[in-house]
Amino acid sequence: MAEDVPVEVSGLNHWFGRGEARKQALFDVNLKVSGGSLTVLVGPSGSGKTTLLTLAGCLRDVQEGSVRLLGQELKGAQSDLQRTLRRRLGFIFQAHNLHGSLTALQNVLMGLQVHGRSDPQMQTKAARHTLTLLGLGDRMDYLPDNLSGGQKQRVAVARALVGNPDVVFADEPTAALDRESGATVVQMLKRLGQVRGTTTVMVTHDNRILELVDRIVTLEDGRIVNDTAP
Amino acid sequence: MSRLLQALFGRLPIGWLQLTHNRTRFAAALAGVAFANVLVFVQLGIMNSMATATLKPYGFFQADIIISASDANSMTEGSNVARQWMYQAMADPEVVAGTGLFVANVSWQRADKALSLTTYGINPTQPVFLSPEIASRAATLQLPNSGILDRFTRGLPRDEAAAIRPQSPFSFEANGITLTLYDTFAGGGGFGGDGFMMVSDQTFLLQFPARSSGAPDHILLQVAAGADPDVVAARLRDLVSDKSLRIRSYADAADEDLSYQQTKRPTGIIFGFGVIIGVLVGIVIVYQVLSTDVADHLSEYATFKAMGYGQGFFLSVVFEEALVLGVLGFIPGLAVGSLLLWAMASATTLPLAMTAGMAVTVFIGTVVACSLSGAIATRRLVAADPADLF
Repeated sequence: MAEDVPVEVSGLNHWFGRGEARKQALFDVNLKVSGGSLTVLVGPSGSGKTTLLTLAGCLRDVQEGSVRLLGQELKGAQSDLQRTLRRRLGFIFQAHNLHGSLTALQNVLMGLQVHGRSDPQMQTKAARHTLTLLGLGDRMDYLPDNLSGGQKQRVAVARALVGNPDVVFADEPTAALDRESGATVVQMLKRLGQVRGTTTVMVTHDNRILELVDRIVTLEDGRIVNDTAP
Repeated sequence: MSRLLQALFGRLPIGWLQLTHNRTRFAAALAGVAFANVLVFVQLGIMNSMATATLKPYGFFQADIIISASDANSMTEGSNVARQWMYQAMADPEVVAGTGLFVANVSWQRADKALSLTTYGINPTQPVFLSPEIASRAATLQLPNSGILDRFTRGLPRDEAAAIRPQSPFSFEANGITLTLYDTFAGGGGFGGDGFMMVSDQTFLLQFPARSSGAPDHILLQVAAGADPDVVAARLRDLVSDKSLRIRSYADAADEDLSYQQTKRPTGIIFGFGVIIGVLVGIVIVYQVLSTDVADHLSEYATFKAMGYGQGFFLSVVFEEALVLGVLGFIPGLAVGSLLLWAMASATTLPLAMTAGMAVTVFIGTVVACSLSGAIATRRLVAADPADLF
C-alpha cells in the first residue's frame, strides 16, 4: 500500500566533522514527497543533495530535525527499524556497487533474497524478467567485470527494482547510460510510480531526463532554493 | 558445492563464490589450512605413538597391583624395591601371587649399529604374570642365558627376526655373555629403546652381576578373584612398612606413567606445544584469508547493508567461508598427514599412524578454529558503512 507522503523532511539540519572542523551541510530543509511521484534533486556539487538522499534513505543518522520515511520517524531509529525500512527501499548507486563474484542474475537475486526464504524458482523468474525488461536478457550469467558500464548500471537498477520497493533512492542512475538507456530507466521508474505507486527520489545532473520527471527540487549551499514541476 | 551450500544456507552461496572468484588466493588459503592440519596431525601422531609406546610394556604382563620405588615414574625408571616387601604384601589374604620384575637396557652390537633392547627379567615358572603370547613362549627362558626377542625391533630386518625359532635359535654377545634367542613376540620400538627382550630373572642377574635377586625394579602382585585391586592397594599402603613405596593398581600405574610422559617429560611437553602451535598457525592463516576477504568486499557488504541485510547475514557469509576453508583444507591435510605418518613409522618403527579419532578430532578442531577466525574477522564488517556508498 503506497503512502500518501512516503518521505517527509522537516527542519532538517546536518553537520559533518567535529570541533572547529565541523561544517553544516543542510540548513532547515523541509520537503514532502508524494507517493508515486518521481522527484529529482539537482544542484551544484556540495549543495547537499546526496546528504539529503542518504538521510531520507535511512543510510545516515538524523542529527537535528525530523525525517519520516514510510510513516516512521528516523531520528533515533534503532537498527532493527532501519533494517526493516531499508528492505522496503531500492537503492541505485552511481558506482553500481555490484558484487564482483556474482553474475548479473545473482546480483539481482540479492535484491529478492533480503526478504527471506521463498520459492527460488519464482525468485529466479522475477529476476530474469526484470533483467530482460532492461535489455540484459543475454547477459544474465555474466560477471560484472565482463559487462560495460551501462550494462552494470542497468543490473544495479534491476537489483533495486526487482523487490517492488515502496521508495527508490537513486544517485545519478543515468550518468553511465546513453540517452536511450537513460530514458528507458527513467520511464520504467515513472511507470512503476503510476502502476505500483513506487516513489522515486533521484539525484541527477542529467538534463536529458528532466522533462520526464514530476518535480525538480534545487539545492544550493544546503538549502532548498527552488521546488518546481517541469 | 555451490548447490550444497545454497541448500545448506538457504541463500546464494556468497562465501563460496567470493572465495572461488580468485582461484589463486583460494588455492593458497587451502594450502595454508592443509599445512596447519599436517602440523597438528604429525604432532598428534607422535603424541599418540608416545602413548602407545608407553603403555606397550604394561601389556606384556598381567598383574593387579605394582609396587615401585618412590622415584619410579615409569616402568623403566626408578630405584629398586626390596623383595621383602613382596612377602609382606602377600600376608594380605587377598593377595594370591607375587613376583619380582627386573628392567634394564641391553646393548646388542650388530655389524652396523648397536641396538638398545629394553630387557625385562621375569620368573619363567610364573607364566601367570605374563601376557598369553609371551607366556606361551616362556618355557625356553628356563634355559640359562636364553631370551625371546621383540620381532619388531628397530634396525632388525624382518626376515632375520622371522628366522628366530626354537629350532633355529640365534645367539649374540651382550655384556660379555652369549645370549641365545629362541623365539620372538610382538613388541615395537619405543622412545626408550629399539625394541624389547624377555629373559629369566636368573639370566638377567648374569647379565647385570651388580644387581641383586633380592632387589627387583618392581613387584607385581595378583589379587584373588573378585577382589578390588584399588582397595587391596590401599590396604597394602598401610600394611607395608616402607611408606615411601608407591603401591598402586596396575591400571593406575599405567595411567600415571602416561600422564608423566605427556605432561612432565620434555618430549611430551614439546609435542603438546607442537599441537598448540599448529592450531594457532591455522587460526592465523584462516583469519588472514577471511580478514583480507572482508576488507576486499567492504563496499559490497555496505551495499548489502543498504539493502537491508543484517549482521546475521554477514556472519553467515564469513562462517560459510570458514566452513569451506576448514572442510576443503582438511582433505589434503589428512592425505599429506597420513602419508607423512606412514613414512615416519616406516623409518622409526614407532607406532605412528593416522587414526579415526585423530582425523575426527582434527576435523572438528579445524572447523572450530576456522569459525573462531571467522568470528574475529567479522569485526571488520563494522567498517562497512552504507552512507559511504554515495
